[in-house]
Amino acid sequence: MKAHYACQSSEHLVARRQFLGSLAGGFVVGGLGALTNPLAAAELSRQQMRVLVVFMAGGVSQLETWDPKPKTDTGGPFRAIPTAVPGMHISELLPLTAVHMDKLALVRSIDTKNNDHGKGRYQMEFGRNQMPGMEFPHLGAVCARGLERSDNPLPGYIKVGGGSRGSDAAWLGPKYASVGINGKPPANSERPGGLSEDVDLLRNKFRQRANERFLKQRRTAETDVYTQSFEQARDLMTRRDVFDVELEPASEKQKYGDSQLGKHCLMARRLLENGIPFVQVSHSNYDTHNENFNFHLEQLGEFDRAFSALIGDLHDRGMMESTLVVVMSEFGRTPKINARYGRDHWGKAWSVCLGGAKIQPGAVIGATNANGTEVVERPVDHGHLFHTYLSAVGMDSLGTFNVGGRDMVIADPSHEPIHELIV
Amino acid sequence: MTVDPKQTHVVHEWKHGRPLIACRFDPTGRFLFSSSEDYTLQRWEVASGEKTAWEAHDSWVRGFAFSADGAVVVSAGCDDRLIFWHTDDETPAPIREVVAHKGWVRTIAVQPATGLIASGGNDRLVKLWSPDGKPVAAFEGHDSDVYSLLFHPTENLLLSGDLSGKVHQWDVDSGKLLRTFDAADLHTYNKGQRVHYGGVRDMALSPDGSLLALTGLHKATNPLGAVNEPLILLFDWQNGEKVRAQPADGIRGIGWRTQFLEDGSEICASGGAGGGYLLFLKTAEEKPWHQLKLKDTVRDMDLHPDGLLVATTHFDGHIRLCQMSAKSD
Repeated sequence: MKAHYACQSSEHLVARRQFLGSLAGGFVVGGLGALTNPLAAAELSRQQMRVLVVFMAGGVSQLETWDPKPKTDTGGPFRAIPTAVPGMHISELLPLTAVHMDKLALVRSIDTKNNDHGKGRYQMEFGRNQMPGMEFPHLGAVCARGLERSDNPLPGYIKVGGGSRGSDAAWLGPKYASVGINGKPPANSERPGGLSEDVDLLRNKFRQRANERFLKQRRTAETDVYTQSFEQARDLMTRRDVFDVELEPASEKQKYGDSQLGKHCLMARRLLENGIPFVQVSHSNYDTHNENFNFHLEQLGEFDRAFSALIGDLHDRGMMESTLVVVMSEFGRTPKINARYGRDHWGKAWSVCLGGAKIQPGAVIGATNANGTEVVERPVDHGHLFHTYLSAVGMDSLGTFNVGGRDMVIADPSHEPIHELIV
Repeated sequence: MTVDPKQTHVVHEWKHGRPLIACRFDPTGRFLFSSSEDYTLQRWEVASGEKTAWEAHDSWVRGFAFSADGAVVVSAGCDDRLIFWHTDDETPAPIREVVAHKGWVRTIAVQPATGLIASGGNDRLVKLWSPDGKPVAAFEGHDSDVYSLLFHPTENLLLSGDLSGKVHQWDVDSGKLLRTFDAADLHTYNKGQRVHYGGVRDMALSPDGSLLALTGLHKATNPLGAVNEPLILLFDWQNGEKVRAQPADGIRGIGWRTQFLEDGSEICASGGAGGGYLLFLKTAEEKPWHQLKLKDTVRDMDLHPDGLLVATTHFDGHIRLCQMSAKSD
């Protein structure tokens, strides 16, 4: 496909030019200048926003986390504990997280009308129901584009625990697709030992010259993607230290716990600190059809320690105001406890936890009935949540991205954000 | 009446109505105590089947133990607590409560000779309590949750089994860890699902004291989906070596409990995705020589002091009382 860059008019380029122009006009990041130029201030504010998603793979139980129903027919053996927010109780499996609930909020009224893993994951990550023949960008790709930072050479959408480049950006193009990181610096990101820095530099200059010559005659969208990918990889090589959690002091590693999730959350913090717009970590596995309580005890022990450490760090470092944190799953689990002490898939009444950025701290949106089988107040679904995430980081979720001259709708236009959750 | 496992049949079905969890007969055999997912405890008069149910813990109860004379029953709750009750109070009321562990009290046992109580929990500790609930000692040494306890019937020894398949043998007086049985076959770490599963669900010593039976599960190819089979491991008490593995091939479930019958053979209760079974085994053989499928999945089992009756708790809210002898006319 021939590249079409008729006027260099894609939205972000214009916006970036305005933004850079404002910078050239003399204001300092965060300084008085930003306040006197509303457009630049909004742009600056948006560009400083970040998103972290913790995906609880398999479907974490809302009853063992955010919406406990102790001493009911569906309650199970765990009790509810108070949190830092008066009147808000969560499961006793999350004692460390409970301390931080004044920085977070709960949506307890999700009805996604789906009990299938694949479809549920799609709903939550793409904000729509999966439709044959239709491709939409992942939340990460949307954020990578919408929160793109002109001054940051690192990828915009990183999956910690993934292993390769994803194809989840749809019409936004591969530049915004996920880059998988396996808990340590990316493979082959170190300059080969036999290659000196000078030789490497010369080699790359030669490659760039050859590339530029080639592009004068044969530039296409594909060649641009290759170029972008290559340059991104080079940039990433210069910043590989960002991905190395081993550089953290032992006390930090201990704080996050000696689990894979602990390491991944610590890495997530490093990535967010370094301006990556969207980071996703996963924790596995919550698909507990059998022995739900033993497995949640085990898994949530890891989660509670790592997640609470992360929230504590984001707060202590003043990053909560600019970082949206979302803990999501593909669905919840059945209130009814099965014969094997398990809980099955349940998309009818479940919860997510989110906080930071423009999310109202300590809020509880919606409610389920006494034993958690139905939503009884403020029903919402994945579409509302998707809009809410984007609104929370200052994006107009009802707006469009200009892609190749076409306006593409960012989020499902049949939904809106949960307005009362946004400050 | 003579015990004849082959003739085992259900003699009573007592309905509670909500899923049941644990059960134990009191030492006199007059009562069966059980617990339910509805947070109540139940006392069943064995002769009549009459039920008394009452609210007890703030959570589920996973174990019972009795004073040697049977006058006091102690319930072990997932609310950190032990609660002491008079066995035959018309309306049971707590005699005392002890916050015993941080997290679930998973298992409890009483030393018959002394009345000393042992408890084990999710805090990975084994604790000893005087008969009136005063703390005596705490044994540290497990690196996973403590699932089962057993006092040696004649020696001053306590065994504690955990999720990882380790069984520690403690000297009760000194708290010294004397040896560890390796029952790792009862533990699985599933790399794909990233979960630990299995554990030593129960322990029993043979009547002659020569064999230790450890019960649980193996072949856990899908722990989260309940794909696993019951397994008993027999260990030589003297040298601590494993002498036999007793799988129940083709039955999907967990071995919840194994007890020895008077003749030295074993009865094991299994329950899970494949339903509920009573399995009958001989210590010299690998495979069950007889099995009885029950109407619903089993969650716990106990032998009546008469050696003939077996009680099982079920998900369908019933106690099933089986008799291991021929039906009377």
